[in-house]
Amino acid sequence: MTTQKKNSILSLFASVQLALFLLFLLAATSIIGTLIPQNSPPAFYVERFGQKTARFFQLLDIPDMYNSWWFLGLLTLFTLNLIVCSVERIPQVVRILRRDGLVVSPEQLHKFPLFRETRSLEALPAASDRVAALLEAQGWSAREADKGSGRLYFAQKGGWTRFGVYVVHSSILIILAGALIGSSAVARKLLHNPQFAFKGSIMLPEGESTNHIIAFKSDDHLDLGFHLRCDAFAIEYYPNGMPKTYRSRVTVLDNGQAVQTADIEVNQPLTYKGVTFYQSSYQPYQNYRVSLKKKDTNAETTAIVTTAKQVDWPGGGVSYGIINRESQGEVTRRLKIWFTDNQGDPSVFWVNNNQEATIERPSGTYLLTIRQMYATGLQATKDPGVWLVYGGCLLMLVGLYIAFFLSHRKIYVFVQPEEKGSRILFAGEANKNKVGFESKFSELISKLEK
Amino acid sequence: MDSSQLFGITMMAYLLASAFYLGLFLFKNERIGQIGMLLALGGAAVQTAAIGLRWYESYQMGVGHAPLTNMYESLVFFAWCTTWFYLALEFRFKTRVMGAFVMPCVAVAMAYASFSDRIDARINPLIPALQSNWLIAHVVTCFIGYAAFAVAGGLGVMYLLKQSAANDTKQDRPSVTGSLPALKIIDDLTYKAIVFGFMWLSAGIITGAIWANEAWGTYWSWDPKETWSIITWFLYALTLHARFTRGWRGRRIAWLAILGFVAVFFTYFGVNFLLSGLHSYGSA
Repeated sequence: MTTQKKNSILSLFASVQLALFLLFLLAATSIIGTLIPQNSPPAFYVERFGQKTARFFQLLDIPDMYNSWWFLGLLTLFTLNLIVCSVERIPQVVRILRRDGLVVSPEQLHKFPLFRETRSLEALPAASDRVAALLEAQGWSAREADKGSGRLYFAQKGGWTRFGVYVVHSSILIILAGALIGSSAVARKLLHNPQFAFKGSIMLPEGESTNHIIAFKSDDHLDLGFHLRCDAFAIEYYPNGMPKTYRSRVTVLDNGQAVQTADIEVNQPLTYKGVTFYQSSYQPYQNYRVSLKKKDTNAETTAIVTTAKQVDWPGGGVSYGIINRESQGEVTRRLKIWFTDNQGDPSVFWVNNNQEATIERPSGTYLLTIRQMYATGLQATKDPGVWLVYGGCLLMLVGLYIAFFLSHRKIYVFVQPEEKGSRILFAGEANKNKVGFESKFSELISKLEK
Repeated sequence: MDSSQLFGITMMAYLLASAFYLGLFLFKNERIGQIGMLLALGGAAVQTAAIGLRWYESYQMGVGHAPLTNMYESLVFFAWCTTWFYLALEFRFKTRVMGAFVMPCVAVAMAYASFSDRIDARINPLIPALQSNWLIAHVVTCFIGYAAFAVAGGLGVMYLLKQSAANDTKQDRPSVTGSLPALKIIDDLTYKAIVFGFMWLSAGIITGAIWANEAWGTYWSWDPKETWSIITWFLYALTLHARFTRGWRGRRIAWLAILGFVAVFFTYFGVNFLLSGLHSYGSA
């Protein structure tokens, strides 16, 4: 590659036109994935769009377009553009900041965006001392130089704010870096270490535990390095029937030791050893947990039962079973129980799910609670890049604030002796919020005129 | 007095304010403009009380939550943010006639919230996904951004109107747009509104991402709402870069402000009604 070619490629990546074009392209192509459903099975696209279109979609990875080669390519170009643009411009900013304000010739001052001229009856030393004191008092740490025809003062504030835009640019790079580090695809395909970063899920029935999860997309079983047990799952409802809470009570077992018990709810995940578990779904089972107690002896038992099966409790001298159910979808509302102590007719009654029933029998009083069992659906995520992403986000907000609302302000004062007193020239400029600076500028002058 | 009655009064105040602001625009009568401003201010005050009352009512119903959780509440909140943002701009920059381009938008949002069949005005309890402290931070930041973009869009329309009128009425006939501020001022205000909105939109996307990571275990999943918010962000980023580095001014920025608001509108509204995704609770 010749140097010239290299330079032309470099200058392309350093151009803002490319940035504008890429921003437009990213915005425009992103629309596609909001119109065409993403990550549906291949048959869906054939059925919805026809064989030919579906094949075309496949070719362009439209069904997963945000991870497609061309979209990631666009993002890569955008990133390169961002880096080259910033790297090229930062030295220019440094040059602007290094520029010595005192080299300005007093004759040029009237060309500044803000320019004002006043006269003072004081002669040079007194007048310039007053200017110096005023600048000092207003927080302008001025430097001065003798320009032959008079004395020039120069002060600036907020020069560093010119870097605000580059703070924003680097925050984008940090966010993208965090996204790469946390990407399960990168961990799997580039690092060949799917344990490094993953997203997956596990369906965990109550009472059971797992030491692995199943990764999304690849369906790999990923070892957690510890066990997670679901102790209980519960749904609470509002009076109007809307779900209020989905809650999994889980226990973490590390090396066979229970180390932590916690409730996982939506918006309240559990993190252990870098893996975060989220409440994401549930599955009602057609199994029921029965707790049974004989009141006078305090003998107790629990059992997991299914429908239409007789269960015996020799310790209490009773037998029972579920003979009917009332369900809403797969969720059981009420159950019909058959219960006998082999003395007289058996008791047959309806009881609500998870509500205690009192059964009076010739052999004594029994308390029975029957509860439908669930499996909780947990999503598990390991994202080592997330703090980088959050840090980048915070940096972006700080950078935007600096870039938009803080400005680089410069002020020049030239004191020139005259026959009677002196002539004072003021000049100033700000790169942003010019209106605000203008009023500060006027304020400064009126203070001096007083 | 319950909150729905107060919202009714708010809507009437905004409708009247729109009429008076339009009157100011057409007849250039300062008095009419003043009444418009007072109506908008009064409406905004009543609406503030109404939002507070609705919040309180939700606690009385035992399902207490900030009134920011469905389409009705978000439209009301959009109207509230936009009105206050507009009024702040009017006081700061003394450009009252702008109201003719902003308040109708607000009045339509309130009227739509009140009358549309698709919108349920009842206070409902929060589904588990919405029970989070991030709710307020996310919705408030987004809607301050939306409000600023709505005003910027209105200013864009104003700019184009003024400019086209300036082009074809070269003769001395007094033009309808004579009451509008100078093009340069409109252009500057449009830019300021976009900058302000961009800051808040960024904050809105960020708070949304953090919340998504808390609730769903992923801070970015390219669901249509997220995608449209980033499309909007790209558009405004493009606008700002074009202005800063390529010196785009006036007409082009006005068009971009309008296009940007179309994207905002779609992010906010179109996604809920036309596309499906994780944000579907916003649609009723």
